[in-house]
Amino acid sequence: MKEEIIIAGFGGQGVLSMGKILAYSGVMQGMEVSWMPSYGPEMRGGTANVIVILSDESISSPIVHEFDTAIILNQQSLDKFEKAVKPGGLLIYDGNGITHHPTRKDINIYRVDATAEAVKMKSVKTFNMIVLGAYLKLKGVVEMENVLKGLKKSLPERHHHLIPMNEKAILRGGEIIQEISVVE
Amino acid sequence: MRELKLMKGNEAIAEAAVRYGVDGYFGYPITPQSEVMETLMAMRPWETTGMVVLQAESEVASINMLYGGAGAGKRVMTSSSSPGISLMQEGISYIAGAELPCVIVNVVRGGPGLGTIQPSQSDYFQSVKGGGHGDYKLIVLAPSSVQEMADFVGLAFELAFKYRNPAMILSDGVIGQMMEKVEFDEYKPRWTDEEVVKNNPWGTMGKTPDRERNIITSLHLQAHEQEAQNIKLQAKYKEIQEKEVRYEEFMCEDAEYLMVAFGSAARIAKKSVEMARAKGIKAGLLRPITLFPFPFKEIDAFSDRVKGILVPELNAGQMVEDVKLAVNGKVKVEHYGRMGGMIFSPDEVENALEELIIGG
Repeated sequence: MKEEIIIAGFGGQGVLSMGKILAYSGVMQGMEVSWMPSYGPEMRGGTANVIVILSDESISSPIVHEFDTAIILNQQSLDKFEKAVKPGGLLIYDGNGITHHPTRKDINIYRVDATAEAVKMKSVKTFNMIVLGAYLKLKGVVEMENVLKGLKKSLPERHHHLIPMNEKAILRGGEIIQEISVVE
Repeated sequence: MRELKLMKGNEAIAEAAVRYGVDGYFGYPITPQSEVMETLMAMRPWETTGMVVLQAESEVASINMLYGGAGAGKRVMTSSSSPGISLMQEGISYIAGAELPCVIVNVVRGGPGLGTIQPSQSDYFQSVKGGGHGDYKLIVLAPSSVQEMADFVGLAFELAFKYRNPAMILSDGVIGQMMEKVEFDEYKPRWTDEEVVKNNPWGTMGKTPDRERNIITSLHLQAHEQEAQNIKLQAKYKEIQEKEVRYEEFMCEDAEYLMVAFGSAARIAKKSVEMARAKGIKAGLLRPITLFPFPFKEIDAFSDRVKGILVPELNAGQMVEDVKLAVNGKVKVEHYGRMGGMIFSPDEVENALEELIIGG
């Protein structure tokens, strides 16, 4: 198994930390992982992205320009990365603020309204975990048990009291992905 | 039992330094390597191993702090990125001239000038051909994974002390910023003062009545004395060239086409080799791990075996000159590069192999 993922959105949306939790979950599952951030002059409000690769075998290049999955959290990133999904691949996007929706017919497109859901849950900061939960529901690349271990590993100890809240968000993401429809 | 972590390359450098028993780190922040000092500061090793971590007022100050610490026989290191390393060149030349061991990490970004903060390999020439003035060489190690970032700290110190020569870890923004799994050795204690004196009798740790005083200098005003020092240095570099070449081969056994790449470019090229193989093209990759000493002989051994060599680098063509020297015209050698912080994709490199080498 090898899964090449790009996660892209605004800086401050938790793009890099979502990638880190995913990567740590892979480590907990005994997989090879790489996490390669765009570390440019991005800042809060600018764009941020990270390439995460999870694999049963050793990873040659941590940098790839085509992805099995794109997790997209804003319009700029959708414009940039829709075309980078491999044919037959998966694109998940948050509908919040999206005016030009994805149009490709040769990939599987899902929408998760995580921003709206996070507001409903009164837990805006766990928005990225809702998205992660949605992704994991569609592609169970890592077991939930290992995701929780990964979460624990990647959060500093002083934030460990937030783990139940994050877990709830991950599970909710898995639930609401049922409610969304494949975009025609 | 080795400890498994998920870390950035820069963080791994810091963790490995503390675990190896380094005495002092002196540095000045610059992207994309600021996590080295940030991690050290967060680890607070001065409270555990006694290691000194100091933010100097500039890169010029850092390298001269290294000169002082190394002169006393201590294990000292610094890290920076391209413009900062340029500032250090005078000090590096002095340290090489005075034959002192130390470790310098360069997490390269695009240049020239202040350039960009994105990854590049455009400091190859600076690292292996001089950089500072005078006839000198650095021992240059090129890690291509976070694990090697960790492992090469210890290796660089071992080689530096073995040959009393500054060693450089030539990395870049890709390897520095990415996270991978990394395993660490147990903590090793720092040398005691007695061990420093015993292991490094040349160091300035205080004169004892039974010997002459030790003098650390790179100044030899008499030309014949300077030449004698140059001859000694050249003999040392020759010995390093003979004994310390390190490289890795990937799918080279039956290769008809060879790629030679180092560091992050080697990671990308490895995938290009896999892609070429999937198309039925017998490609292989030779990855120099030591850039000085360069694997001249080992690359030349392919001259008669392969139909062409591609050298993908994140620069305008630097290591390709050494590959050409190695094969001395016996086989076609081409360079493929991106510059200024742009990174080629595995398929761009694979295409270059087909266009420049196979079809060219």
